[in-house]
Amino acid sequence: MTTVRIHETSRWFGNVVAVNDVTMEIGPGVTGLLGPNGAGKSTLINLMSGFLAPSSGTVELDGRAVWGDEQVYRRLGLVPEREELYDGLTGWTFVLANARLHRLPDPAAAARRSLETVEMVDAQDRPIRTYSKGMRQRVKMASALVHDPEVLLLDEPFNGMDPRQRLHMMELLTTLGDQGRTILFSSHILEEVEQVATRIEVMVAGRHAASGDFREIRRLMTQRPHQYRIRSADDRRLAAAVMAEPCVSAVELVTGRDGTTAVVVQATDFSAFVHALPVLASTQGIRLHEVLPTDESLESVFGYLVAR
Amino acid sequence: MSPWDPTVARLTWHSVLGRRRALVLLLLPVALLALCALARALAALEGGDAEVSDALAVDLLAGFGLGVLMPLLGLIAGTGVIGPEIDEGSIVYLLTKPIDRFTIVLTKLGVAVAVVLLLGVLPVAASGLVLTGELDLVTAGFTVGALSGGLAYCALFLLLAVVTRHAVVVGLIYALVWESVVGQFVPGVQNLSAQQWSLATVVGVFGDDAERLELSAAVGPATGWVLLVVVAVGSTVYAGLRLRRLRLGAEV
Repeated sequence: MTTVRIHETSRWFGNVVAVNDVTMEIGPGVTGLLGPNGAGKSTLINLMSGFLAPSSGTVELDGRAVWGDEQVYRRLGLVPEREELYDGLTGWTFVLANARLHRLPDPAAAARRSLETVEMVDAQDRPIRTYSKGMRQRVKMASALVHDPEVLLLDEPFNGMDPRQRLHMMELLTTLGDQGRTILFSSHILEEVEQVATRIEVMVAGRHAASGDFREIRRLMTQRPHQYRIRSADDRRLAAAVMAEPCVSAVELVTGRDGTTAVVVQATDFSAFVHALPVLASTQGIRLHEVLPTDESLESVFGYLVAR
Repeated sequence: MSPWDPTVARLTWHSVLGRRRALVLLLLPVALLALCALARALAALEGGDAEVSDALAVDLLAGFGLGVLMPLLGLIAGTGVIGPEIDEGSIVYLLTKPIDRFTIVLTKLGVAVAVVLLLGVLPVAASGLVLTGELDLVTAGFTVGALSGGLAYCALFLLLAVVTRHAVVVGLIYALVWESVVGQFVPGVQNLSAQQWSLATVVGVFGDDAERLELSAAVGPATGWVLLVVVAVGSTVYAGLRLRRLRLGAEV
């Protein structure tokens, strides 16, 4: 049971606070670190992997501070987001070099096993510079797994992967998590996290916004108020009818610069509203011209979580 | 702590020689050797004697060998063994290993010194032979000077690459502006010049013949040696300490 513990940790760069008073514990299994771009996910991973000192607070692996202790890498593997590798080397040479740097007793066997795990044996003798983005990602993964670490940290591992590669990576992470390893991966894509992680940690603007079982957080996300902008043949009558729906919390009739009107609706239950609206329009005999969600960006979803 | 890791050395060697800058590394010694061969050919044409004068040999080896070749080579090799890896981020694959950071620095310094030996010290010795036609005091003196200066430049520029992402620019300003231009007009500056310190070691080897060969340095031979050792050792130790606390991924 290996646990990464972050306690009241902050990290700032000059006047910019990248990570703000975060406390979390990452245990065995697959944990997704979710948040929009710029939320502080990479900074947090850099703190956990010993590449950044916390400005305040502590980051520990089983009670031992991570920063400034290179022996921690015997137990920890890192798949960085950056693409750059030793491009002139072949995949095999690169992974073998990583095994040798770990001073493993049989580096060739470890490199072979690791390349097999990520299904890169067929391409192992090609120079890395000829690899696709997905292949690079898998070789990076092989280099991080070569010493069989208890903890694996991955920064945006699905970036640039095609659907098949993505699926393979997801299966691999699930398998590694099932083996009892502590896996943490960051992503800004909700669906990726949903499919792999059993537990998620949400970061927004440097703060730890939510933590826990995925289904609970997903429920919070889907049940947040949704806003729609609707144009119809009779906006005023539609506004009155929509307001009578229990899933609607607010309605506003707005006039644009060009003089056209629209109804802005705030619904508390996304699912109920999208089912009720067409039925309501049909029974009232109002033709709907346009229905636009206005707050579907990931930032607004995360922003809502923070506000709670 | 082991001072040498063969895998780090192999990766470093590969990244130094696998880049376009390797061509520049070759151009410099070839230019020195060509210049010396030309000087000897011209001397043969003028006086019938195949050897050039000691004064010209000293001028060429001090001016181009120690003044241009060694600092530039030290800059390219010293920064090249670690700078690009830090800039690109591939250094992360070395730093996520349970290897002492001093082992990484010492190994990379070893590779830089090997490059400088191969493409700097040996060509300087060969140039001395081309100019004088024998393994005499001039050749021996400048070989020692190239070796001592090369070591200090490698350590100094390796440190620069760990400390700043603008190591090449800062190094060029030091080697070409500070040592060469400013040093000419402000005599005190020469006391803080690795080029002058390495010249001082040459003067030390020349001994009493230094005056005859018209070679002098801003500092005495003993001071030159001490300063070169202090810079080489100090830079290496500090580079190791900085690498221990190297901050990666400063982006949010």
